[in-house]
Amino acid sequence: MRFEDRVVLITGGARGQGRSHAERFAAEGARVAVCDIASESLETVAYPLASRAELESAAELALQADVRSAEEMERVVAAVLERFGKLDVLVCNAGICTFGPLAGMSSELWQTTIDVNLNGVFNAVRAAAPEMISQGYGRIVATASMAGRAGWENIGHYAASKWGVIGLIKSLALEVAPHGVTANVVAPSSVNTRMMHNDAAYKLFRPDLENPTREDALPAFTSVNLIPEPYAEPGDISDAVLFLASDEARFITGAVLSPSMGLSASNV
Amino acid sequence: MQRPRFTGKVALVTGAARGQGRSHAVRLAAEGADVIVCDLGADIDTVPYALGTEDELRETASLVAEQGRRAVVCRCDVRSTADLSAAVERGLDELGRIDVVVANAGIAGVSTLAEMSDDVWQNMIDVNLTGVFKTLRAVVPHMVSRRYGRIVATSSIVGRQGSANIGHYVAAKWGVIGLVKSLAVEVAEFGVTVNAVLPTSVDSDMIQNDAFHRLFLPDADEIRMRDVEDAYTALNPIPVPWLSPGDVSDAVLFLASDEARFITGDALPVALGWNARMAA
Repeated sequence: MRFEDRVVLITGGARGQGRSHAERFAAEGARVAVCDIASESLETVAYPLASRAELESAAELALQADVRSAEEMERVVAAVLERFGKLDVLVCNAGICTFGPLAGMSSELWQTTIDVNLNGVFNAVRAAAPEMISQGYGRIVATASMAGRAGWENIGHYAASKWGVIGLIKSLALEVAPHGVTANVVAPSSVNTRMMHNDAAYKLFRPDLENPTREDALPAFTSVNLIPEPYAEPGDISDAVLFLASDEARFITGAVLSPSMGLSASNV
Repeated sequence: MQRPRFTGKVALVTGAARGQGRSHAVRLAAEGADVIVCDLGADIDTVPYALGTEDELRETASLVAEQGRRAVVCRCDVRSTADLSAAVERGLDELGRIDVVVANAGIAGVSTLAEMSDDVWQNMIDVNLTGVFKTLRAVVPHMVSRRYGRIVATSSIVGRQGSANIGHYVAAKWGVIGLVKSLAVEVAEFGVTVNAVLPTSVDSDMIQNDAFHRLFLPDADEIRMRDVEDAYTALNPIPVPWLSPGDVSDAVLFLASDEARFITGDALPVALGWNARMAA
């Protein structure tokens, strides 16, 4: 058990990858807190977000909070410290994906993505890092994407937010390295969550069809990856997150690890 | 995570006489693998420090045996296609399969490019780049036919940047990343993953020798270990002078495990944060 007595906070922890991380950390001995917007819907997002019930069953401390709000993230970190007395691991996982070409993209579509995926990571990091620095120990893992390493049509706002996450985490890594804190990134490709399983995502991968179904989309999902699978499971991303958060990775910081079924092979 | 992660597996490690290679072999054995341990077991005349010996290679095999696992010892020059074929053949004969390959064998040296001799350049490329190619080529057909394999090659954090006085080493290590990524593309559909680890300096004979100490302290009359440590520490965002071999083993074993089944063509820096200033 690599995380006995460790305290872990996961943003976007009610469902999907975040929930998998929460369950895996708990299984390896950690005290786990999650936060999630848990508001069922965000205006620009084409798929339902997590419910309150999902949030409340995700971890021993479950907090409703919006990563776009600096105040709410301060409140979440304060609640974790009050409950557990410290914060060892922060997983910045909360994210959304919407679809559309940049030419003609509404300001709202752009801004919501940047606010959640990039500013949300900043808000969580800024709330948590001072405590980690003062305790002389911390592990920060943020979820970017292989779209944070390449251009990708119809998700330019998402790609920009994820490139931004990598720049943010690399810079943070340099700033906190003297204080026993590491900061790293996981960059998945497709993962089997509701972010992939919705009509807008199917349409992104099958623009040739009017109303593509899941079955229509699966071969197209697979065609992107070198390892011939349509997507990773959330647990595959947890494997990478837990490795980076463990003491086995104590001298790895500012790194990007890509459980991306081979997309990193055709990239830097 | 289930541990041990390598029960019933067979690994082949090059450069296993000491340093990182020995650590990888022993750690794989500690998690259940039988190990084919390969090393040249001799010096190379352009390398400014003593390389691993045959006795040290046998000592590695004993350490594997102490973990309750089998070791097959192969004197093996990674520059020789015949040596590698023989090592793979013996490994398959005695242990039945090869699941994991760690292409770790490597040398270092010090020279500016302008003053570098043909021999110094060529031996470096032959061992550190072509040696990895020949190691992987020797084992890939077996892995593809079994639809399973985990390959980890040791590059370096200077495989992602330029660095004075070790240009031949830098060129070879950039090459290893290109090789690993290309092989990853070729074998992804066959259940074989191929990744690189990119360590920074590791506490081993490769850096603990007069040529490297002089590189860091060119003006010193006598080399004091404390000054060497300080000079190395100054390079690193995480303020320690160097890694220990086991720190690199942690990353190698992760990439060789089924926890990394969907990671291929990746280059994982174990580099005390150097890489935070780099694109990848």
